[in-house]
Amino acid sequence: MRVKNPKHTWYSILLALVILAATIYLEFNRSKYGMAVSVIQKSLIFAVVAVAMNLLNGFTGLFSLGQAGFMAIGAYATAMLTIPVERMEAVYYMSGVVPWLMSLKRALSVLPEPVLIIIAMLIGGMIAGLFAFLIGIPVLRLKSDYLAIATLGFAEIVRGIISAPQLDQFTNGSYGLKNIPGFGSNSLSFMPDGFGVLLVPLFASTILIGFIVLVINSSYGRAFKAIREDEIAAEAMGINLLKHKQMSFVLSSFVTAIAGGMLAMFMRSIEPRAFSTIITYDILLIVVIGGLGSITGSVLGAFVVTFAKDWFLRFFDVPLIIGGFQVPFLRIGFRMVIFSILLMVVVLFYRRGLMGNSEFTWHGFFNLFRRRLKRPEVMAETSGGSMSPIIIAPGRDQAPAPLIPDPPGGEPEEEADEEAADE
Amino acid sequence: MGSTYLLQQLLTGISLGGAYALIAVGYSMVYGILMLINFAHADIFMMAGYFMIFSFAAMPWPVAIVVVILGTILLGVTIEKVAYKPLRSAPRMSIMISAIGMSYLLQNLATYLFSALPQAYPAIPGLKKLIKLGDLNSSMVTFVTPIITIILVVLLMMLLKRTKIGMAMRAVSKDYDTAKLMGIKINQIISLTFVIGSALAAIGSILYFTDRMSVTPFSGTLLGLKCFVAAVLGGIGSVPGAVIGGFIIGITETTLIAMGYSTFSSAFTFLILIIILMVRPTGLLGETLTEKV
Amino acid sequence: MNNIVLQVNDLTMQFGGVVAVNNLTMEIRQGEIVALIGPNGAGKTTAFNAITGVYLPTNGEVRLEDEVIQAGYPQGKMKKLYAGENNGKYGEIVDWTPDKITKRGIARTFQNIRLFKNLSVFDNVLIAHHMNMKAGLFRAAFRLNHAEETAMRQDTWELLKMVHLDDVALERANNLPYGKQRHLEIARALATQPKLLLLDEPAAGMNPQETDALSDFIREIKKKFNLTILVIEHHMNLVMDLSDRIYVIDFGKLIAHGTPEDVQNDPAVITAYLGVDA
Repeated sequence: MRVKNPKHTWYSILLALVILAATIYLEFNRSKYGMAVSVIQKSLIFAVVAVAMNLLNGFTGLFSLGQAGFMAIGAYATAMLTIPVERMEAVYYMSGVVPWLMSLKRALSVLPEPVLIIIAMLIGGMIAGLFAFLIGIPVLRLKSDYLAIATLGFAEIVRGIISAPQLDQFTNGSYGLKNIPGFGSNSLSFMPDGFGVLLVPLFASTILIGFIVLVINSSYGRAFKAIREDEIAAEAMGINLLKHKQMSFVLSSFVTAIAGGMLAMFMRSIEPRAFSTIITYDILLIVVIGGLGSITGSVLGAFVVTFAKDWFLRFFDVPLIIGGFQVPFLRIGFRMVIFSILLMVVVLFYRRGLMGNSEFTWHGFFNLFRRRLKRPEVMAETSGGSMSPIIIAPGRDQAPAPLIPDPPGGEPEEEADEEAADE
Repeated sequence: MGSTYLLQQLLTGISLGGAYALIAVGYSMVYGILMLINFAHADIFMMAGYFMIFSFAAMPWPVAIVVVILGTILLGVTIEKVAYKPLRSAPRMSIMISAIGMSYLLQNLATYLFSALPQAYPAIPGLKKLIKLGDLNSSMVTFVTPIITIILVVLLMMLLKRTKIGMAMRAVSKDYDTAKLMGIKINQIISLTFVIGSALAAIGSILYFTDRMSVTPFSGTLLGLKCFVAAVLGGIGSVPGAVIGGFIIGITETTLIAMGYSTFSSAFTFLILIIILMVRPTGLLGETLTEKV
Repeated sequence: MNNIVLQVNDLTMQFGGVVAVNNLTMEIRQGEIVALIGPNGAGKTTAFNAITGVYLPTNGEVRLEDEVIQAGYPQGKMKKLYAGENNGKYGEIVDWTPDKITKRGIARTFQNIRLFKNLSVFDNVLIAHHMNMKAGLFRAAFRLNHAEETAMRQDTWELLKMVHLDDVALERANNLPYGKQRHLEIARALATQPKLLLLDEPAAGMNPQETDALSDFIREIKKKFNLTILVIEHHMNLVMDLSDRIYVIDFGKLIAHGTPEDVQNDPAVITAYLGVDA
């Protein structure tokens, strides 16, 4: 239907190859680029959660704030099932382990580790999906505000229950779980030791984000967008609201929990405190900065925010003395203040975020440089526009140009671009 | 032991419920008028706790209390002007994100300014004094909280029922657009709502923290959630509903703690929310709303 | 030719103490264009909403091809408050959701256009095909229903051509001129392949030329899609020109019905519209 520029397909393949090559290069030199490797891992995981959140907020018009809880479920399921059997006693040194969990783990230990990890993540995802389904039954019939408060409550409860002393033998309460296998520790025998720290998360995120993109571009995705645009009209078009909202909510929670499992593998040790509401807000920040209703925006946002927060702007939190004079404001916590102010500025003044509701396209990308010269129409489009996300369906040419201040270099976007670009 | 212990717990529950009620009223009124869950409300309450710590150190306590209330009102109204007012015609999702953003900002600001460690809450003279009433043994604040709550709520009800401005507030919450057409100064009404909500949150914070004795940047999070549930339970938009909801949540929570299920007490609050939403989404005293098609 | 498509029996809608629709009975036969008219606030849209499942009737029933799709009787507080007639005649609650009613064969448009504003014209119509999709989420996501999806798109194109919107198919719905938005809303409703089409003030805000064009358009689609149409309208020219029969309501109550000529000369109708005794 849409005229496809064959050149652009080649660009996409080229970009994918460059990303792959860069990843493999970093993979081999990971000791030299330790910081970059860890920040990229985290960005990839957060990109998945942000895209899952966007599926709900940006594409279905539902507001879930349960990310921390669903991630905790995924992280704990993955951790509990993948900590090596022989290390369990050491991890649960305070109260011991529930016998049934031990027997389950012994039974599962015949599986090769990568398979076990995948199964563990899927179990985490399914538990999260089940909870989402149960919450959805009463709540999704009501206004979307109630979903926000119910999921926020749910996340707090999950954290409370995980850290409950009564469950020490199961979740190890507030002591947390250690010795979780990392991304590199389960490499296959023919690979060099520790190989996969980047390729595994890259591969996993690509699959998860790719799946969500496929759903969004399918007929169900159109139904979600219809619900977002106008529930009453959607219902008059024969779309079963409850069923489709449930689908979106369950799918989003499922993917979020799997990303939680990835986070457990990234952190190697987890504790209930790591899954506080703040993490949900961090993800919301990514989604809003990237643009509600834009998958590439969320991926880009995940990289921009994580790189800034965990790397470039770390100096905000370190007291700095130049020539005997202490630079004002710089101390622990300043970075997060800056980020919260940034969120408010984006919400109040740049409601479209980086990408608005458009996806990355080569067309838009090249236009960006052309528009540098003559920009006014773009501004007119963005300044007054409402935030209600637009999906630029068929006609890419009508798509408002994405507002990216700096050309995406190196890592930021990957999978989502190509997928989104060819519907 | 039995009945005294029970009474003692009931008293604690009523007292906690009083503090919850004061905060729940703020949620309920804002929701009634703006249809917005003011996520920052719990953090306004938390900031009021820090205000008290600092003003108590700097001035005599009666002055400190007034300063805390005024400071909290200023904070609440400023948040409304900065974060909500510019988005009045924006999609609901944006204003909700703005509210969450304010909550995030206040929490991070508090962590930066006061550190994440708990700060000791000052003991206001008289409030911590132990009182014996028959077999009951409690600090003054436990007895005082429900009384203050009731007095304040009665005053608020009188304001809403008897005064012109109160009538305007009820009109706005009933039908925003029509009220606007009738020449009611919407912005003034909204500001007043935030003034009342913040003042009640400040008083609630004094009563609550005197009992808990310490403040952290995250003191508000779970409490805010419980108070919102209280508002939903009572019927969102209804002031007496919020008060009843607050007391119910407070008493159930203390009962569960007394029974040894303290870690699950908040889970129970959540369960209450789910049950109301299933059975009676409009709450105990709420009215049904039908959307225009 | 005389099959009854829609039968509304003793329909009453009461909100609190206000009776918006009072004991409305009407029937629409296969192939008819029937108009529901009445002064502002007479309860026409409320009746539409009760027929399409947005509201549950306070009392009365709605049948589509003799199947009860909506039925209600006073319950709870309404038992005491009920001010309508025929209390006790109905004892059954049937509350189909709007999507189920659409699937069963009633499509509608809205008084204040409700398009999916930020989606393309093409997607607006394509979405209407979703309800008949057989593939589940996974099959659809992985394009295993390729044939089905292609067929949906094909049908959408054909429909757009038929209603002369194919030239703007890729425009954002919001960018269309007002008249075209009305046409699009009707096209979207047609895509659900309805037996009965309900049009809520399709000519609202249109100038005389546009109204004439709309009149032709409605006739055209009626013929092409073999439709039965119920229309709410204020433009008397349009109503008199289009309708086979007219129902007139005032204050929720049926005050007249018959052919355009009958209704035009009915004293009750003249009173209702002009507010004087004829």
